[in-house]
Amino acid sequence: MEAAAARVVRCGGSELSLRRAVFSADSRYLLCVSGDFVKVYSTATEECVHVLQGHRDLVTGIQLNPNNHLQLYSCSFDGTIKLWDYLDGILIKTFTVGHKLHALFTHARAEDSVFVTINKEKPDVFQLVSVPLPRTPRQDAEAGEPRLVLDCISPSPKCVAFGGQGDYVAAVRDFYLSVYFFRKKATSRFTLSSSENRKHAKNNFTCVACHPKEDCIATGHKDGKIRLWRGFDDERKYTYTCLHWHHDLVMDLAFSATGSSLLSGGRESVLVEWRDAAEKTKEFLPRLGATIEHIAVAPAGDLLCTSHADNKIIVIGRNLEACAVIQGLVRDSSVLTGLMVDPRTKALVLNGKPGHLQFYSLQSDKQLYNLDIVQQEYINDCGLVQIELTKAAFGCFGAWLATVEQRQEKEGELELQMKLWAYNKKTQGFLLNTKVSAPHEDRVTALCFRSADKSDVPTLVTASRDGRFKVWVLADDSDIYRKAEGWTCDFVGSYHKYQATNCCFSEDGSLLAVSFEETVTIWESDTWELRCTFCQRAGRVRHLCFGRLTCSKYLLGATESGTLCCWNLLSCALEWSTKLGVSVMEPDPRSEHVAAVARSSGGSDLFVFKPSEPRPLYVQRSICSEEVRWGVFVPRDVPEALASEALQWLNRSQFYFLTASQSLLTFSSKSPEEKLTPTSKQLLAEESLPATPFYFLLGRHRQQRGEQADGAADGERVQLPTTEGVPAVSELLHTPAHVLPSAAFLCSLFINSLLLATEAPSAEETPEDAEMEEEGERDSSEEEDAAPEQAQQAGLPDGGDGGDEAEALQQQLSKCAEKELRKLRRVDYSWVAVP
Amino acid sequence: MGEFKVHRVRFFNYVPSGIRCVAYNNQSNRLAVSRTDGTVEIYNLSANYFQEKFFPGHESRATEALCWAKGQRLFSAGLNGEIIEYDLQALDIKYSMDAFGGPIWSMAASPSGSQLLVGCEDGSVKLFQINPDKIQFERNFDRQKSRILSLSWHPSGTHIAAGSIDYISVFDIKSGSAVHKMLVDRQYMGVSKRKCIIWGVAFLSDGTVISVDSAGKVQFWDSATGTLVKTHLVANADVQSIAVSDQEDSFVVGTAEGTVFHFQLVSVTSNSSEKQWVRTKPFQHHTHDVRTVAHSPTALISGGTDTHLVIRPLMEKVEVKNYDAALRKITFPHRRLISCSKKRQLLLFQFSHHLDLWRLGSTVATGGKTSGKFLVPGKHGDTLPLSKDADHLLQLKTKVSKMPACLRSAVQIMFSEDSTKLFVASNQGSLHILRLLEGSFKHLHTFQAQSGTVESMCLLAVSPDGNWLAASGTSAGVHVYSVKRLKLHCTVPAYNFPVTALAIAPKTNNLVIAHSDQQIFEYSIPDKQYTEWSRAIQKQGFHHHWLQRDTPITHIGFHPKRPAHILLHDAYMFCIIDKSLPLPNDKTLLYNPLPPTNESDVIRRRTAHAFKISKKYKPLLFMDLLDEGTLVAVERPLDDIIAQLPPPIKKKKFGT
Repeated sequence: MEAAAARVVRCGGSELSLRRAVFSADSRYLLCVSGDFVKVYSTATEECVHVLQGHRDLVTGIQLNPNNHLQLYSCSFDGTIKLWDYLDGILIKTFTVGHKLHALFTHARAEDSVFVTINKEKPDVFQLVSVPLPRTPRQDAEAGEPRLVLDCISPSPKCVAFGGQGDYVAAVRDFYLSVYFFRKKATSRFTLSSSENRKHAKNNFTCVACHPKEDCIATGHKDGKIRLWRGFDDERKYTYTCLHWHHDLVMDLAFSATGSSLLSGGRESVLVEWRDAAEKTKEFLPRLGATIEHIAVAPAGDLLCTSHADNKIIVIGRNLEACAVIQGLVRDSSVLTGLMVDPRTKALVLNGKPGHLQFYSLQSDKQLYNLDIVQQEYINDCGLVQIELTKAAFGCFGAWLATVEQRQEKEGELELQMKLWAYNKKTQGFLLNTKVSAPHEDRVTALCFRSADKSDVPTLVTASRDGRFKVWVLADDSDIYRKAEGWTCDFVGSYHKYQATNCCFSEDGSLLAVSFEETVTIWESDTWELRCTFCQRAGRVRHLCFGRLTCSKYLLGATESGTLCCWNLLSCALEWSTKLGVSVMEPDPRSEHVAAVARSSGGSDLFVFKPSEPRPLYVQRSICSEEVRWGVFVPRDVPEALASEALQWLNRSQFYFLTASQSLLTFSSKSPEEKLTPTSKQLLAEESLPATPFYFLLGRHRQQRGEQADGAADGERVQLPTTEGVPAVSELLHTPAHVLPSAAFLCSLFINSLLLATEAPSAEETPEDAEMEEEGERDSSEEEDAAPEQAQQAGLPDGGDGGDEAEALQQQLSKCAEKELRKLRRVDYSWVAVP
Repeated sequence: MGEFKVHRVRFFNYVPSGIRCVAYNNQSNRLAVSRTDGTVEIYNLSANYFQEKFFPGHESRATEALCWAKGQRLFSAGLNGEIIEYDLQALDIKYSMDAFGGPIWSMAASPSGSQLLVGCEDGSVKLFQINPDKIQFERNFDRQKSRILSLSWHPSGTHIAAGSIDYISVFDIKSGSAVHKMLVDRQYMGVSKRKCIIWGVAFLSDGTVISVDSAGKVQFWDSATGTLVKTHLVANADVQSIAVSDQEDSFVVGTAEGTVFHFQLVSVTSNSSEKQWVRTKPFQHHTHDVRTVAHSPTALISGGTDTHLVIRPLMEKVEVKNYDAALRKITFPHRRLISCSKKRQLLLFQFSHHLDLWRLGSTVATGGKTSGKFLVPGKHGDTLPLSKDADHLLQLKTKVSKMPACLRSAVQIMFSEDSTKLFVASNQGSLHILRLLEGSFKHLHTFQAQSGTVESMCLLAVSPDGNWLAASGTSAGVHVYSVKRLKLHCTVPAYNFPVTALAIAPKTNNLVIAHSDQQIFEYSIPDKQYTEWSRAIQKQGFHHHWLQRDTPITHIGFHPKRPAHILLHDAYMFCIIDKSLPLPNDKTLLYNPLPPTNESDVIRRRTAHAFKISKKYKPLLFMDLLDEGTLVAVERPLDDIIAQLPPPIKKKKFGT
């Protein structure tokens, strides 16, 4: 069992807005950190093109290589700086620094060295150091000895900025701004008054940016002011200008590529553009949805992007119009609804933005859409009690969605609302069907649909702390104006005025289990009669679920005091019980397995068992160090066949769980290398050059020549000529037969093209392509070039079954005949290939 | 300190006039300020910003422009069309001269100081030659269509810029013709105004003209080509004033919203010579229009409708970070406007054009109040009920027409203690003594000014026994005259800073002198030397907090029963100096709060020092002893002044 332990892996959903995103030099790609990875997004399509994997801990900084804008430096908590080719997703080099790296900076002046933020001695004293990167051909190298630039800085990369020409570096922390001049090797420090009185109490610096052309430093402050510092090379003559629009702290600042305008953002979720750095000439992009955490500007100047607190990156054009949104998993402060799976889209559903339900695709690590449940404008104000979406459930194979929202300002003043949403096939979304205000007198503790056949009436049960559970059914709500159906309360049940803590339907929908504090009651769903009760006197029942498939005669309950019980419904007796402090219990809908996560001293432990036997099937200790809040089984599209006995439970579904710090984790039995998808690479190759007419003429040629030159990448590029050759052949095939030369000529040609593409290192095809685009004069020389290669090729051992014929054909053809053939081919291609 | 019953007087309805112009004189480091009622005040910036000279105004002489020329000569011009020169020695108007161009809106002296330009309502710009005794009209420039609201000389003196309505003209001095006419956009940022008034222009030596206008713009023009170079929109209301520093590396503008903006010339990058004007800091020290600004080498000076004169030092220009680097806000005159009759409990208030006489109210509760059967002694700070309200007795507006020539212009007058004599300081530097009879008076004697000086005496003090008269001018020392023998008794050694208050103590005849640098001297008139106590405090030095006070001491009094006590006050504190107690050193607390009652007498005695200070009453215009146990304090709360000003421009305040 130990040998085949599944690995706990972070499965996306990690924070995209941890650091500033970086645009590629041509603004076609947006690079951003995402947990242990760096993701490459296309700014045009919002799709993730590449995931750069290789760091073993959180990636904390990325910067383009100033000497080669096709390369990317990244640094991580694992103490390494890695150099990537982000277009191909290849790791070029790894430099080991040794310290935990908190931020990365580069600038063109400092050749062969980068700047990183480290903390050496004390935990909260951070230093900006320059790290020389040695020039070695080896893949792994030790970075040089770090040289101190600035001491006592803030760990946040927003608090350090390099001057446009790389003459100075500015760092802010608390109440002072330090500027280090590389030429003078001196530091100037400017301190703002920090007295306790009301006026200056919020003078703290929050971020800094440097003008790309002029000697001007912009700093953001906690009170919402922006200061533009000038003349700071003289510690006496320095001066600053104040710009004040934000009422809350300035989260980030950025100058446009030319420096003509300054961009700022904060909690107001409004991007402010200050033209000419003047107070009166500002432009706004409001309603961006969440706090702006970072602002990044493309070096080309045509795009900018804002990273938001709700794990979103908005790409914005220069005219301040949002043109793309990259939305990751929204991390709400508290996931009250738990994890659910939408039966239709197989998306993970949980709390998203305040008052919203988000549908998150696990496969593409992307938010599919947001469903506005509360339907009220969210006011971002500290201390305001908001309406919270507390419960949600899907029913009837995704046709119905029930949600419960509540707002409690004072004790005894509970505002409760239940909404039922119907799936509309036309709009492919949920529409509000019924709104029930105050469905219960106290908080709703559980919500479940009866999973029944399509013929049955959709039924919903809500359990509440007011001691009742209510059964809601869909009924006819038509009147003379329209035909409609709505939900009404059908039955109200209670048990000795105990608080109802949980409820659950059996798999076939015939039985309903409702737990009232320490007692579990079983009701028949047809007549709503109480059939039997189980009481173990082991604390309030928190989790309740029926067994599935062959184990459907069992009912599982977990109590707060740490007991897991299994009752047999046929004998109405306790089957087994065990001491286990269960924090999450989830049944797998596709199998009999039940996963339970228990809190222990070393973290959280996972137990997988079948209700029929009290012995766990699979145990994994300390799956994570913190508490696991929610878990869910997501059915796999294609069942996997895992050889290991212990991992059988992962065959049909995958178990996802959410920890207290909002990281979404899952179990994987594969190594990370296997997960690489080759399709993304093909996509990239197609994309890396624009599809212009010139591309058709020159592009392929260049690409192939480049490939020959570096040769490093040919392992992955072997496929390329095939995919390229196919359209050419298909074009040939689509051409009307009467304009084509005779089949005898074409046969050799056709087979030839196939042969060259697969076997030879495309040396033959290169001149061929060149000929296609160029006219006569160079004919003979090329032919001579080509001839020896053909001869060489002829001497090659047989490649495959098609190869025999081709070689035979070629040998038969005399040089003269081939020249004829080529001329003919050139003519034909030239007009066929024109799009 | 003793306990007093305090008359807290708040019915002195004094409202200072709004400031219209300020003019800074670099040579003498003095600042001339003119107010809307025609008053002109001169502040000595090197003497702790003391208002040392004062020219009372008149309704008919509303000033619109003020400038210094040829070093020490001060000119003003106003809407009555006259140019006035002031005599700074005699504190009088030297002459006034009609410019014959209608109301004068602007005036500027040439950089050399030999010529004076005025801009008039009829659109004419008139050039005057400044002669040693008078000014002389030289010629008119090309007449413009509308009034000339602002004028500025090019530092070389060859060109001038004149701001009018909707355009700026550049004149050549030699030919007197307009070289360029630069039209100003009436609209800006979609806000359309009927007219764009050029409130101020500044001509820099590189040929740049900076203009401020009623659309809220600060614009930079190239005078060689007559084109607009750059625009800064700084306010939604008018920008009303501009002043450039002598180095031309910074300038300051004042807006109708009460904000003062500082612009600085900073280099674009550290290693290039290219420079740009950048708006740096806004200062919001005013609530109303900033009508005028000035730029001294170390400070920005602004004044406006809200009557405050604000001096904001530039931190980067101040060499030492001492008290000079602090912001100054001058609201009240550095003179006594209140006189008190102790016996009859009357207060006389001096306004700019009239006098008010009030009788103080009284209360029956004598330091205590009855509660039930018992008489509970009044606690400290209790407010006592008034049994009789204060009466407004009369208002004096007319002046007696028949006066002898020597009394026509008096700078200061004073009665002797027994009300038999009147002492008059005239503006010719002489002092007159008059004997008051029933219904008439008789001229007794005139002390002539010291040889060669015509400086007016502006402070007088009479000893209670009527034997001694002390008088001080703005710069020369204090002279003590013997009234009995009618001759100069002695002269107190000269001191660098002007005198702000004078008084002679009863019995001992010690002259107490307060200077604008907050030093206090005690001079024994009979002994003709400083007293021991004065020497002691000079030796030890005053407490640094005492020296850092803002406002000068305007009144000194004495306790009739306790000869060791000196009572004095400025606008923000009232102090009793007990000469018998040890002097405070820098380590002790100067402003000691009320002595804690729970501590023993020993500790209380150890912490006690000579300066007993109360800051309860502020702004304090006058405070004196009526009798042994009663004080009268005249306050003028700033809120009451603001309430009488016109409403300021409404600005949207975030969060309201």
